[in-house]
Amino acid sequence: MLLLTCPHCGVAAEETEFANGGEAHLKRFGPGSEDAAFEGYMFNRKNPRGVHFERWRHAYGCGKWFIAARCTVTLEVFATYPAQVSEPPKDVIDTIKARRPQWGGWA
Amino acid sequence: MSVFAGTCRLQAWPDRAGTPIEPQRAVRRAAATEGARRMKRYSVFAIAREALRQHKGWERAWASPLPRKSYDVVIVGAGGHGLATAYYLGKVFGITNVAVLEKGWLGGGNTGRNTTIIRSNYLQDPSAAIYEKARGLYETLSQELNYNIMFSPRGVMMLAQTEHEVRGYLRTERANALQGVETRFIGPAEVKKLVPIIRLDGPRYPVLGALWQERAGTARHDAVAWGYARACSDMGMHIIQNCAVTGVEAVDGKVSAVQTTQGDIGCKKLGIVVAGHSGALADMAGFRLPVESVALQALVSEPIKPCMDVVVMANTVHGYMSQSDKGEMVIGGGADHYNNYTQRGSWMHVEETVRALIETFPMLSRLKMLRQWGGIVDMTGDRSPIISKTPLGNCFINCGWGTGGFKAIPGSGWAMAELIAKGEPGPLSEAFSLYRFREGRFIDESVAAGVAH
Repeated sequence: MLLLTCPHCGVAAEETEFANGGEAHLKRFGPGSEDAAFEGYMFNRKNPRGVHFERWRHAYGCGKWFIAARCTVTLEVFATYPAQVSEPPKDVIDTIKARRPQWGGWA
Repeated sequence: MSVFAGTCRLQAWPDRAGTPIEPQRAVRRAAATEGARRMKRYSVFAIAREALRQHKGWERAWASPLPRKSYDVVIVGAGGHGLATAYYLGKVFGITNVAVLEKGWLGGGNTGRNTTIIRSNYLQDPSAAIYEKARGLYETLSQELNYNIMFSPRGVMMLAQTEHEVRGYLRTERANALQGVETRFIGPAEVKKLVPIIRLDGPRYPVLGALWQERAGTARHDAVAWGYARACSDMGMHIIQNCAVTGVEAVDGKVSAVQTTQGDIGCKKLGIVVAGHSGALADMAGFRLPVESVALQALVSEPIKPCMDVVVMANTVHGYMSQSDKGEMVIGGGADHYNNYTQRGSWMHVEETVRALIETFPMLSRLKMLRQWGGIVDMTGDRSPIISKTPLGNCFINCGWGTGGFKAIPGSGWAMAELIAKGEPGPLSEAFSLYRFREGRFIDESVAAGVAH
């Protein structure tokens, strides 16, 4: 059971109050792009053992989207932050690096 | 003592003083690497013979050798699919210079964590072909392996609890008839006759009928892995446990060796068959997979007297149930909605599954649940597996079985062995290419099968 904190309304709740939206910070490849790039965008999700960034919606709360930085092995949540960014904020990266010195970084 | 007594105990058993017999073990391990050793067959006569000598003559079912410098084929993952691949490589294609590497213990992943259901009533032709091949092989697998996998063709029914499901299953019934898979759509009265404990007029979802596959059933999941392992070991293949792969080496775009926690092991061909950890292995081999790993749960009740002798799947409410030979009600639950490598799932899915099943099986409300566990399943976008060549030469992958891999083990192993041996996919595996997503040739079972599959 995950415990997440919504960065918009500040409510900390169990995962049943949220809806998962899959990998975060995707770069969209639409019509006109290469087949491989489109395939990557459509299907080839990151599936790391360790640090993962993913979108969540506070479905039974304020209804807003946010992003959670989470460990898929321990279920530790490093941080949550609003979804209106194209890459993780620096303080989130720093928090993760402090907790996971071996981590290869966000790319 | 039998002539095999000197080589049968290959692991470090303590001597009478309690100290491990390390030097002997090293010698015996070296001896075991020299080649195939014929196993003693299990039979009623063997039981009688051993009963007369206090059961001292039973051998280890498979050897635990030290790895060689290199092999013709290295298979990563000693679960059901990996061991079946090795077995059919030897049996069908005569390739026995094979090692099967396992990070943990043999059959300790999803092979030991599923709900043991075997069926082949799929909608899409490529799915029906490979699952029916597997079901057919399961029928005679105990005899073939000389190992009782306890295949029990008790029949599987998939309940139709909405009008849409009725229509869907009528369509599947006709598709199955064309595919040569024996299934039948049965009405509520026949469902009740086969499953007396069912409640037909459920408050939310009444039972309107079921898709019934009489020759489907269950098997003992651990025994499938153990039986294959024993047969592989007997052909001289090496099953190396506690050997995690940490890297893949390539020369000129072709795989040359794997780095492991027991040293580098060279290979001419590599088969990756690691289910939930396929993404991590693919990363080492330098390519990406259209796969996400999530935790799928199951649970069992306390053992009770026989009350249900078929397998029932209720896909609308997402629960499936059978009774094990020990008497436990084995219940399959839902998968988490987020990426997860923890081999346990969220509590809410257990609650959802049990809450829904109690509506259809009211007697469940009186049962205590004994154990609950999770396995990491690798889900593809179309919920169909991948048996394919990869961007790395001589490296092949078998993954993406998602929530339904156990039933496919013999067919999957057969298809993967053919792919590795010939280097090109055969008729069973060609539709399951890794590149079908780019080409838009999905084998869409996520819609066809409902949820549980």
